[in-house]
Amino acid sequence: MAKYLLLKHYRGAPAAVNDVPMDRWAPEEIDAHVAYMNDFAAKLRESGEFVDGQALAPEGAWVRYDGEGRPPVTDGPFPETKDLIAGWMVIDVDSWDRAVELAGELSAAPGAGGKPIHEWLEVRPFLGAPPRVTE
Amino acid sequence: MDDSRLRELIPDVIGVLVRRGADFASAEDAVQEALVKAVETWPTDPPRDPKGWLVTVAWRKRLDLLRSQGARQGREIAYDLEPPPGPVPSADDTLRLYFLCAHPSLTSSSAVALTLRAVGGLTTRQIAEAYLVPESTMAQRISRAKRRIAEVSLDEPGDLATVLRVLYLIYNEGHSGEVDLAAEAIRVTRQLAAVVDDPEVAGLLALMLLHHARRAARTDAAGRLVPHAEQDRTRWDTAMIAEAVEILQAALARDRLGEYQAQAAIAALHADARRFDETDWVQIVEWYDELVALTDSPVARLNRAVAVGEADGAPAGLAALAQLDQALPRYAAASAHLHEKAGRLAEAADLYAAAARAASNTAERDHLTRRAARLRPAAPADGC
Repeated sequence: MAKYLLLKHYRGAPAAVNDVPMDRWAPEEIDAHVAYMNDFAAKLRESGEFVDGQALAPEGAWVRYDGEGRPPVTDGPFPETKDLIAGWMVIDVDSWDRAVELAGELSAAPGAGGKPIHEWLEVRPFLGAPPRVTE
Repeated sequence: MDDSRLRELIPDVIGVLVRRGADFASAEDAVQEALVKAVETWPTDPPRDPKGWLVTVAWRKRLDLLRSQGARQGREIAYDLEPPPGPVPSADDTLRLYFLCAHPSLTSSSAVALTLRAVGGLTTRQIAEAYLVPESTMAQRISRAKRRIAEVSLDEPGDLATVLRVLYLIYNEGHSGEVDLAAEAIRVTRQLAAVVDDPEVAGLLALMLLHHARRAARTDAAGRLVPHAEQDRTRWDTAMIAEAVEILQAALARDRLGEYQAQAAIAALHADARRFDETDWVQIVEWYDELVALTDSPVARLNRAVAVGEADGAPAGLAALAQLDQALPRYAAASAHLHEKAGRLAEAADLYAAAARAASNTAERDHLTRRAARLRPAAPADGC
């Protein structure tokens, strides 16, 4: 088993095939989308593959250290050009192939017109902490 | 009360219940309840025969469970109330439990979880913590595994190779939080070795002990990986090494070589050297030849190339490496090491950096990054 991060982007990923902003969907299309996401998480809980998942607000800022005795610098809210993470899910699965299969399923969530969004999801393996025996 | 001694009784007790006709899932649940009861009462009222006590209490618990589920007719319960007189708990019961928990129809992760719970006697919370997943996730994994093997016939012969693979998977997780999975795997493998007479079980036990004996030396106080050549050998557990070597020699004497015995032989040769430069690399290469013949494993071939580099010099090692697929895990790390040994430092630095990017855990990545940095000229301190 290994853990993988499935990252959903507001921005920064290649455009989805069915790329209509959510605020232009019909209310029932939003309901269908949310239900799909909840069902997906519930199914992974049932299969013993779910670890964690959270949605992120689009607001936020870049922050950095600005030297001894000075407050950190922020460059203000995210402008249009920045990558934006919408949320993540952490899964613990038997193989990379299974992680890709699940990401594909998540990408098929319904969007505008009730059709799959085909959004691009980022899949990243977690680095384990303990060293394995290797010699 | 010694928790691990209590847990050692679990596979036996579940085995007895299954032998008496309980299905695996209800036997396992009943034994968990009996354990809770044992923890409550034994400190003040220790039983003379702990295993007999657990069997009796677990059997009653199982009847309680059946009654509360209303799943049995009264006459069946009446029949069940008296435990059958025989047979005496035998090694077969315990062995069957190992086979059930590592059944080939289960995924590796399910088999690992079920083995830790039913054979190792860990709680679901402890297993979840060791694997860094939520308890509910691990509970689902275990209950799905139990449902799946409910359909497995008890007469179906088990696959010892699968059992050994599951135990080695557990060993290789090796977390040390509340539960040290490496120590747990050794404990369970010891029990298996006590009931099944097979040189490969002994080989796996010896292999785990040999790795374990050198564990303390493998990282420094700051948690950094210490490469084999630089380890402080006074931190090796020589008593554990001696025990492992004895187990291994008895297994090898039976002349039924398998992959775990071959791996243990290699580990024993490493453990046998008082200094790194006293390592018998020629013999290690010979054992890798055996291992490759047994498994045809690409990883064994890769490790063999590194050993050839020590036995016959870096050019020979690089030549052996050149015959392998560059996409193998740790290929870049092995190549970096051999390039460094051959004095080709700039190439070695690039290879260490590439290996660091491909590393699957942070300790290894950091170690390889430091190796790369050590071989490169320092960056200007004012750059940022």
